[in-house]
Amino acid sequence: MTYITKPKLHHPSLKRNAVGFTRRDYEGQVSTLCAGCGHDSISASIVQSCYEMAIEPHRVAKLSGIGCSSKTPTYFLGASHGFNTVHGRMPSVLTGAHLANRELIYMGVSGDGDSASIGLGQFAHVMRRGVNMVYIVMNNGVYGLTKGQFSATADKGSVAKKGAVNNDAGIDLASMAILMGASFVARSFSGDKAQLVPLIKAAMSHPGAAILDVISPCVAFNNHKGSTRSYDYVRHHNEALNRLDVITGSAPITAEYEPGAMVEVEQPNGTTLRLRKISADYDPSDKAAALAHIQEQDNVGEIATGLLYLASGRQDLHANLDTVETPLNRLGEADLCPGSAALEAINKGLR
Amino acid sequence: MAQQLTATNDFVIKFANVNGSGSASANELFARAILRMGVPVSPRNIFPSNIQGLPTWYEVRVSEAGYLGRRGGLDMIVAMNPETWQRDLAEVAPGGYLFYDSTRPLPPEMFRDDLTSIGVPLTEICNATYSDPRQRQLFKNIIYVGALSALMDIDPAVIEALFSEQFKGKEALIDKNVAALNLGRDWVQKNLDPDICKLKVAPADAVGDRIFMEGNAASALGCVYGGATVCAWYPITPSSSVAEAFESYCRKFRKEPESGKSKYAVIQSEDELASIGMVIGAGWNGARAFTSTSGPGVSLMTEFIGLAYFAEIPAVIVNVQRGGPSTGMPTRTQQADILSCAYASNGDTKHVLLFPEDPRECFDHSAAALDLADRLQTPVFVMSDLDIGMNRRLCAPLEWDDSRKLDRGKVMTADELEAGREFGRYLDVDGDGIPYRTLPGTHPSRGAFFTRGTTKNRYARYSEEGADYIENMERLVRKFDTAKSQVPQPVLRRAEADTRYGVLYFGSTAPSMDEALDRLGNEGLHVNAMRLRAFPFPDSVAEFIAAHDRVFLVEQNRDGQMRMLLCNELEIDPARLVPVLHYDGTPITARFIHGAIRDRLAQYQVVPLERAVS
Repeated sequence: MTYITKPKLHHPSLKRNAVGFTRRDYEGQVSTLCAGCGHDSISASIVQSCYEMAIEPHRVAKLSGIGCSSKTPTYFLGASHGFNTVHGRMPSVLTGAHLANRELIYMGVSGDGDSASIGLGQFAHVMRRGVNMVYIVMNNGVYGLTKGQFSATADKGSVAKKGAVNNDAGIDLASMAILMGASFVARSFSGDKAQLVPLIKAAMSHPGAAILDVISPCVAFNNHKGSTRSYDYVRHHNEALNRLDVITGSAPITAEYEPGAMVEVEQPNGTTLRLRKISADYDPSDKAAALAHIQEQDNVGEIATGLLYLASGRQDLHANLDTVETPLNRLGEADLCPGSAALEAINKGLR
Repeated sequence: MAQQLTATNDFVIKFANVNGSGSASANELFARAILRMGVPVSPRNIFPSNIQGLPTWYEVRVSEAGYLGRRGGLDMIVAMNPETWQRDLAEVAPGGYLFYDSTRPLPPEMFRDDLTSIGVPLTEICNATYSDPRQRQLFKNIIYVGALSALMDIDPAVIEALFSEQFKGKEALIDKNVAALNLGRDWVQKNLDPDICKLKVAPADAVGDRIFMEGNAASALGCVYGGATVCAWYPITPSSSVAEAFESYCRKFRKEPESGKSKYAVIQSEDELASIGMVIGAGWNGARAFTSTSGPGVSLMTEFIGLAYFAEIPAVIVNVQRGGPSTGMPTRTQQADILSCAYASNGDTKHVLLFPEDPRECFDHSAAALDLADRLQTPVFVMSDLDIGMNRRLCAPLEWDDSRKLDRGKVMTADELEAGREFGRYLDVDGDGIPYRTLPGTHPSRGAFFTRGTTKNRYARYSEEGADYIENMERLVRKFDTAKSQVPQPVLRRAEADTRYGVLYFGSTAPSMDEALDRLGNEGLHVNAMRLRAFPFPDSVAEFIAAHDRVFLVEQNRDGQMRMLLCNELEIDPARLVPVLHYDGTPITARFIHGAIRDRLAQYQVVPLERAVS
């Protein structure tokens, strides 16, 4: 970590995006995480995504649970409201916040302990409900703040820094999210910004429950030989399925991609995802095939990354509840209170 | 044979049934008919944690004097459940009545010779009339209501009117029910001396404009009127009907006329942790939100309640209390969550509690709780219980002032931020301990802050500095002091004569307490009474205690939780607060309170006033 305070002045020649903000406007405070932490790369990718998508920072609400990952919302989008909730329970708070105001963009940030161990229940249910959000799991397989215990996503047989072997089956949050009904499921690696940034942008443009399981090595406790979450291990076992562009109506935002077949998927809110296939026969709209592929890759020790699953036609929570377009937090007395005459009628029926 | 009990408009009748047999609506019909004759009734469901097959009871107190608490004792049993026959029979006072199905002859040991047994061959009548087994079961209930109406002089026209209202538009059903009613009436009139039963109902004018409502429905309606838009809940007896009623009222009142879209959101969550999490998320984001639950749910919510206290987020929790601890007595009533709610969470916390006495106050307090939560930026509990929540109770009609505004509390607007007004999320600008907050998305560059359960300074920046921590914790105490004047104030009932004795009570104890006070007063035993309506305790509570040598504290739990809270918060000598505790899961009775206070006063050698004078 660093003790340097970030300068507030921006260089006047910094480029501005379509809504007039510089990249710096999307940053937060200086990170207090360890130097080299994968989480900081994810924060930087979030900053880049929001800048490139020209989202007004105050239109984003960022919520997190507890743990190293959940500290990161302090380090990006400093002009957004943030909420560091309780351990494993960010999904319910995010759900409630979303019910109150459907117009903001909701970003849930969590870790593997937060989502797969203590918070597995809320993780499952927030996916089931189709809450319109970007849910980012910064997945390193260990508890960092409490110094290196295994989390529930640690692979069976992986070895802790102090030599302990994990005997419990690891939970794959991406497969789980697909099963639970998430409509956008992706996996990426904190060390692969070229893949991660378009995925974050695609997730933000997706009108439903979008989850990104981002493998993010813990340099302090899980970056050694024998770990299946180390930089080296993940680099060698990363099987990217596809690369993404997001088209938001105006010019497409593109990143540098390897060549491959291209598919365009239009989403219900008008945005289009342009998918460049790397694995030629992988179809992310096929739920069963997606699950099978993730499992097959896992069987041979590989990690499937990219857009794993994209559901078509699924509705989000507000659509299911058929709530009014006006955010509920803006409704006043006239909308909410039936008044004394209605009450008198109720009284009458109770005599 | 004991003297037959003789009473008009003043008796207790209990129906012993089997759960799932359709008796509930027939029994309620009986109670409503008496109410329609202008005589106050207070019915109570005594039901098992079961859907079908276990014993269930419905006790109706008829009281022209208007006493709505449980009286204790029994004047007539309607014995429809062979399984509980013996214990039901044992409860009836000497001279009382046994009403039973006499289709099959019963051995003499099934009867008590100090009771008047009234047999009506219900099954035989049913079998002769209906062939469908379900009809036989359902109409048997209506037939006994008919028989009882003939025995007690309940006006059949009143019952027929109730049928017409209940089955409006389904004429065939009305006719069928009226026919069943008359089967019972006709049999009694043909075969029995109408004066065999000396418990009678006579038309009176003692109900007035009062309404007959369940507390849970009233709480739900209070949340509708109070502007709640988000309800997140998890099913738990005895609170489930709060959320269900909220949704049902919202379907009626909160649909956008043109589109049919909903101006509310109800989520049945995966557990109570998620319920309160959603409420807190919505509250943080400026929507009024509540959850309804019972004791075990509060236990689960405790961590989140601490967060809402410390991060200062509005949240309303309607706690319909039941018997604890653990799963406890899920279908019985208690007031045993006082301490677990008042101090819910790790660390130093205190929460606002409101104590409604009846459905009217469930309505008022629930609406008030939403205002208070916004105003104080903190969790507020509405401490109802099963006795109020799940029974229909006669109470004052609900009222709403159309000029009333939702009190959103201190929320800084975009204009204020734009104008350069200083914003510190935890800055006590007004000296009342209540800071300003901003809602997410308010202003492009000002007013954003980070909400957290960790310690912070007044500008919401993370801080582990002792001075910052203490400043914040002391401000929270100041805020809690501010709450004293904003919560519903206690209600004082002075005795007819000066006295050194007082009594404190709250919640569902109220109707039994009122009756006990009348009886004590009639005996010349004078006690001043104060009904607590909220925690924190307004100063008038300490003054009341100070003004009396001894104060009885009547509550429905084992440990005297309200007494502990008072001793702890007001630094009262425990010896001055005399516990009167009832906690077997049944609603407290006037007989119990009267007996307990009378006996204590005798120990203190209090001489009844008129005796002292004469």
